[in-house]
Amino acid sequence: MEETTLYTIIVHSENFSGILNQIAAVFTRLQVNIESLNVSASSMKNVHKFTISCKTTAKNIDKILKQINKKMDVINASCYTDDEIFQSEIAMFKISTDEFKNSEDTSRLLRGYNTHIVEVTPDFIVVELAGSSEAINSLYEELTRIGCAVKQFVRSGKVAVTASTLEKVSDLLSKRAERYKDRLQ
Amino acid sequence: MNNENEKVSGSEALIRALIQEGVDTIFGYPGGAIMPVYDALYDHLDEINHILVRHEQGASHAAEGFARASGRTGVCLVTGGPGATNTLTGIADAMLDSTPIVVIAGQIATEYIGTDAFQEVDFTCVTQPICKWSYQISTPEEITWAVARAFFIARSGRPGPVVLSIAKNAQVGMTEYVPRKVNYIRSYDDEPETDMRMVEEAAAAINAAKKPFVLAGQGIELGNAQDEFRAFVEKGGLPFGCTLHGLSVLPSSHPLNMGMLGMHGNYCNNVKTNECDVLIAVGMRFDDRVTGNLATYAKQAKVIHLDIDPSEIGKNVPVDIPVLGNCRKTLAMLTERIAPADRSSWVDSFEAYRKEEFDRVINKELHPESGPLNMGEVIDAVSEATGRKAILVTDVGQNQMMAARYFKFTERRSILTSGGMGTMGYCIPAAMGACIARPDRTVCAFTGDGGLQMTVQELGTIMEHRLPVKIVLLNNSYLGNVRQWQQLFFNRRYSFTHLENPDFQTLASAYGIASRRVIERAELKDAVKEMLETDGPFLLEACVAEEGNVLPMTPPGQSIDNMLMEC
Repeated sequence: MEETTLYTIIVHSENFSGILNQIAAVFTRLQVNIESLNVSASSMKNVHKFTISCKTTAKNIDKILKQINKKMDVINASCYTDDEIFQSEIAMFKISTDEFKNSEDTSRLLRGYNTHIVEVTPDFIVVELAGSSEAINSLYEELTRIGCAVKQFVRSGKVAVTASTLEKVSDLLSKRAERYKDRLQ
Repeated sequence: MNNENEKVSGSEALIRALIQEGVDTIFGYPGGAIMPVYDALYDHLDEINHILVRHEQGASHAAEGFARASGRTGVCLVTGGPGATNTLTGIADAMLDSTPIVVIAGQIATEYIGTDAFQEVDFTCVTQPICKWSYQISTPEEITWAVARAFFIARSGRPGPVVLSIAKNAQVGMTEYVPRKVNYIRSYDDEPETDMRMVEEAAAAINAAKKPFVLAGQGIELGNAQDEFRAFVEKGGLPFGCTLHGLSVLPSSHPLNMGMLGMHGNYCNNVKTNECDVLIAVGMRFDDRVTGNLATYAKQAKVIHLDIDPSEIGKNVPVDIPVLGNCRKTLAMLTERIAPADRSSWVDSFEAYRKEEFDRVINKELHPESGPLNMGEVIDAVSEATGRKAILVTDVGQNQMMAARYFKFTERRSILTSGGMGTMGYCIPAAMGACIARPDRTVCAFTGDGGLQMTVQELGTIMEHRLPVKIVLLNNSYLGNVRQWQQLFFNRRYSFTHLENPDFQTLASAYGIASRRVIERAELKDAVKEMLETDGPFLLEACVAEEGNVLPMTPPGQSIDNMLMEC
């Protein structure tokens, strides 16, 4: 088995329907599982941003990037290892209010992780944790270990900003427009 | 024609947009979900020649043949559902072979999409992984934009197929016809920037090379860079081998042209690939049929790769010096920077291997003293009789490899074949497209008894339009290539490769196509002459050796220079 690494891929695309499908198909073709996926509007109008993480080989990640970049409506795709990005994820835990009230361990654990309470009802509370994927994994595991029944658990998939001075997509697009200016006239 | 306030149907707008893109030929087949477009087409028959095929797969390959022979974009018009899915083979074929086609398929009205309505297929979703761009037109207002974008995408950069599905409500809805032109898409870098440092580095590597070898790919034809390529190899005294699709970039007889690369290519090329000091790949993609086992491929050489598609760089073979860009420009840049050189002793060193291949393979194939006809001698006879000027169209399998080996070229854009997909059934419809694109040239279509029967219904299209396709059927009563592999690698266990065939002469006659069967060697020349002198289509059935093999051959998984000369 070749060595695999956890990569985070950041993709900017036009906002057309079907792009997610096309990007996902690149992973399907190479039989690489997506570990997490987040899609949202970007800071530029009509440009969508995908943050995708996957574990694969260096050889595969190169193919994945080139194939995503090749998609007509993808503006650019680049990939990073963990030391090249700052990343964060949000998770929400739904826990029964009784459990929260009666179990000291549970409330201590939730405080220790700096979670904050989003909602309290007579039946359940919802707490939120923003942080690294590892912190989220660890809170969930510890809650399970102390026997706290988590009624619902959801996580956003991670988002990331790069550590390097990344060329902005808007800069890339204006440079490209400059190169093709003869055609644009 | 265009009145600003005039409203036209989406179908009319579509036809006008196609004419605006220079379309004068469409291969198609009508059906429920595209009828409004066919109705609009009926008013434009003076501007558009519509060829009614007999199966939509035929339309897709005909569009490919048209595109490859003419350098223009082929167009295919079909209905939704099965009409659309029947074009999938052609779309995937065009994707792997970088052939610019636009497939326009009908689609049910948007209000019914998602209800499993009659003939509903999510064609956009199905085609996205096998084409350059696939888009569903849902309103008449989008039509001119989508068509202009489709043609720009199909022909620019590395060309390829584009699919437009057009919903019925978009076909019948009314819109103003406003002509559109697209020549820039911000997310699409169709001519990537060339890094001049790489050009300098490549030129320096070539100048320092003692034993440089060039691989000529289809990118040279697609970029119309044949003259630039000639200037490049001639200035540097650079011998070159051609990929299957690159065979007609320069005349076969050019002194630096060493013939074909790869599994059934010319021996000298495969040996020299693993001997050269600098390997210069131009517009080719290191397909596994060219490279053989990658672990032993050109390991000793510094690799320079000229390509327009960044995703090809380093995909299969590690590249030392990538030169991105349109090879018409990058070749000229390199030519300017390389020193004129005489590398005749290196070029001459190919000769020993050419002679060995001639003695052990070619001579036996072309000049047998007895026995049934060989595929190679039939191909050679046809090629010679056309003055080496014809367009070659092949099917897939032994007929293809034999034709690639023995058909010779003097003119560019002269080989049409399914290289990447290996699509049996490609030949006859692609040859129809070639005939329509280039009525000034002879089109010779070599097929086998297996491949012919995969799209045999297109003989009806050939009959209807009297398309002068010179069909050469190399009949060996086998799926020859698979049989050859069974012989060599499966202990002669001929599992389902023998074919019980119809009488092809009767078949040709049923379609009103002149034909002749040739069995005896002595008749061959005369039969070829009759074929070429007959106006209109002709089917020449050559009954060739049942167990003829394509040699030399690099067994799959072996080092490319490890070629079998006998078997």
